[in-house]
Amino acid sequence: MVENTERLRRTMMFVPGNNPAMVKDAGIYGADSIMFDLEDAVSLAEKDAARDLIYEALTTVDYGDAELVVRINGLDTPFYENDIQAMVKAKVDVIRLPKTESAEMIQTLETLVIAAEKEFGIEVGTIHLMAAIESAKGVLNAPEIATASERMIGIALSAEDYTTDMKTHRYPDGAELEFARNMVLHAARAAGIAAFDTVFTNMDDPDGFYRETEHIHQLGFDGKSLVNPRQIEMVNKVYEPTQKEIATAKNVITAIAAAKAKGSGVIAMNGQMVDRPVVLRAQRVMNLAKASHLLDEEGNYIEK
Amino acid sequence: MKNNVNRELPDDVMTQLNLKPFQTTEIGHPTIQRAAPKLVATTGSDKLKDSLAEIVQATVKDGMTISFHHHFRNGDFVFNMVMRLIIDQGIKNLTLAPSSLTGIMNDLVIEAIEAGTVTNITSSGMRGKLGEFVSAGHLANPVIFRSHGGRARAIEEGAIKIDVAFLGVPNADRLGNANGMNGDAVFGSLGYALMDAQYANKVVLLTDNIVPYPNTPASIKQTQVDYVVKVDQVGDPDKIGSGATRFTTDPKELKIAKTVNEVITKSPYFKEDFSFQTGSGGAALAVTRYLRQAMLDHNIKASFALGGITKPTTDLLKEGLVRKIMDVQDFDRGAAESMHTNANQQEIDASWYADPYNKGAMVDQLDVVILSALEIDTKFNVNVMSGSDGVIRGAIGGHQDAATAKMTIISAPLVRGRLATVVPDVTTVVTPGDSIDVLVTEVGIAINPKRQDLIAALENVPGIPVFTIEELQQKAAAIVGNAQPIEYTDKTVALIEYRDGTIIDAIKQVKD
Repeated sequence: MVENTERLRRTMMFVPGNNPAMVKDAGIYGADSIMFDLEDAVSLAEKDAARDLIYEALTTVDYGDAELVVRINGLDTPFYENDIQAMVKAKVDVIRLPKTESAEMIQTLETLVIAAEKEFGIEVGTIHLMAAIESAKGVLNAPEIATASERMIGIALSAEDYTTDMKTHRYPDGAELEFARNMVLHAARAAGIAAFDTVFTNMDDPDGFYRETEHIHQLGFDGKSLVNPRQIEMVNKVYEPTQKEIATAKNVITAIAAAKAKGSGVIAMNGQMVDRPVVLRAQRVMNLAKASHLLDEEGNYIEK
Repeated sequence: MKNNVNRELPDDVMTQLNLKPFQTTEIGHPTIQRAAPKLVATTGSDKLKDSLAEIVQATVKDGMTISFHHHFRNGDFVFNMVMRLIIDQGIKNLTLAPSSLTGIMNDLVIEAIEAGTVTNITSSGMRGKLGEFVSAGHLANPVIFRSHGGRARAIEEGAIKIDVAFLGVPNADRLGNANGMNGDAVFGSLGYALMDAQYANKVVLLTDNIVPYPNTPASIKQTQVDYVVKVDQVGDPDKIGSGATRFTTDPKELKIAKTVNEVITKSPYFKEDFSFQTGSGGAALAVTRYLRQAMLDHNIKASFALGGITKPTTDLLKEGLVRKIMDVQDFDRGAAESMHTNANQQEIDASWYADPYNKGAMVDQLDVVILSALEIDTKFNVNVMSGSDGVIRGAIGGHQDAATAKMTIISAPLVRGRLATVVPDVTTVVTPGDSIDVLVTEVGIAINPKRQDLIAALENVPGIPVFTIEELQQKAAAIVGNAQPIEYTDKTVALIEYRDGTIIDAIKQVKD
């Protein structure tokens, strides 16, 4: 049907690295990415235990198709290097660096990752990286951070630290985040990597959660960081394509296939030219439709 | 001897008690002779008594069978009041035959066993200290566990012959007309106690609330009652409700409940006039909430909801999504109060609910039931009675009975902590795999290969992975490993009856 050209990253679920029950069950909720946290969720006394636990989980538990991410402790902590060593050895998909403020921080990380890859006999370049942007400086440097390494798969805005740095706090309408969101998003898009929005922590305010998610969906974010598995289906619902969008996407893909068969590069549909952005969007819609369980095995829309 | 679910049964006990091994879930059409109580005729003008001690002394003799109901659950005051007097009066060799035993009764049951007051027990279940005590071999004779339907059958057949039933009620008049709906300690349906009231030779009502004669509606009738004893308090209203009505926020329970709802709505049974039973507990309540939305979305109404009832189910009745509730037990005050106000919530006795030797029980008409499991094995046999350590810690309840529904769904997590729920062989078989159709876990579902129709209906639902039960068992083992076998002695501490009275499994004393 459609080539899976792009990984969906609608949901990045945070899992405290010191909670065995949550670590064990993290794979059952259908998160696109699972982020095991060794940083803020773990107290100083538990740093080593959490690292061991996550290492064991990554090497034994079946998390299905989810992308596995670990948020390591920052450059300025004594846990930083051990975290990198253990997570590279466990062959985690992505290492997430917190409080990133410069391209140099990513390059330092990459140097250590390369060393660890070599040490553990892992092909150099296997482990991907992402950065969390949590300060004014980080936001202003987002473009250089996003392009700091070939290994970068995304950047995420982390609003709690950022709003403190900005001498404000979070408001329901999110106006205080508008600049940062757009900076992070543009930096990501210019670099061709994913953009993740910040967490929304109040589980008793589903309306607020939907409002915020619809907003970042409209802006163009790939998805959102989450603190509770119950938020996964809420985000997916926002990202779910409509029946009409799916029908259009299917037409585009059929037309492209037909044009290719005839050896023609450019096609028109309903009097409009179908160019590359239209095709890419159609493929993304079909990916989302499939991930939202809206298509049957033959790719037909399932009436609800 | 071995029975048809491949369980070794103790020959000596089986022969001594003249019991038959489990063969099949098919009940067929046996001819049944029902028993009838022996009574002393009276006009009823002298039933109301003040002294419970005098009534106990007048009615209970060595070697008798006495019974109680468990509708007050952990708020029960009646059981302990009566057992205290019986023990203190030095009565011996009683058979205790309550509808079930709850935690609040444990201490006095243990004391009664140690004193020689109680030497035999039949119950739906037991938990905590008492389960440990019995599993350690301290009761001379094996406990016989029966389902609610099985108990009704045993009473009707005379296999349980109750000499004296002590039944607590939140209201009664001076002749014994009583119901479960008015008073301080209301619990709603008297479903289990109605069997005792109908078949016991002597029926003693205990109440803290004497109301003017005649009391209606009368669930228990004056024609059945020998004595009405006024006591200070029959139960603690705050502890009667199971507290189960809180909607779960546990994401794993919600995920399982959502999948259960998908299985129901994608099954051929989800259509106008279907019927269902959900039970209590967080996941079951969540299923009810999802099912409500699905019924609204598809404009489907249920003909009846059955079994133990909770407020979310009575809300469906109020909303018109369920036409009738057939109510053998209420799990919370909301459900109990609804019975009082809604004529479409019908009180039914345990026989009507689930007795297999009947002219038609409600469970035989049931489309869909959701049940739980401590363990389920690769033959789909379910254990709700013993822990992974072999110790008694559960109750059959209506499990075997409701599992005769057209589609029986077991909802259970793949593993609990470090214990596998899906195992190669359950510790104790309570409900045979032949009556189980679908297992729903947080990672996916397994369908009994006997149900090719359900496999066809459910194998391509997006987002619901279908596994074989062997695959689920292996997934569980991959997470928690394989447990060491439990060590037992040769002593049989309990027998599990199937609902027809045959023996489906035996529980042995656990070695120290």
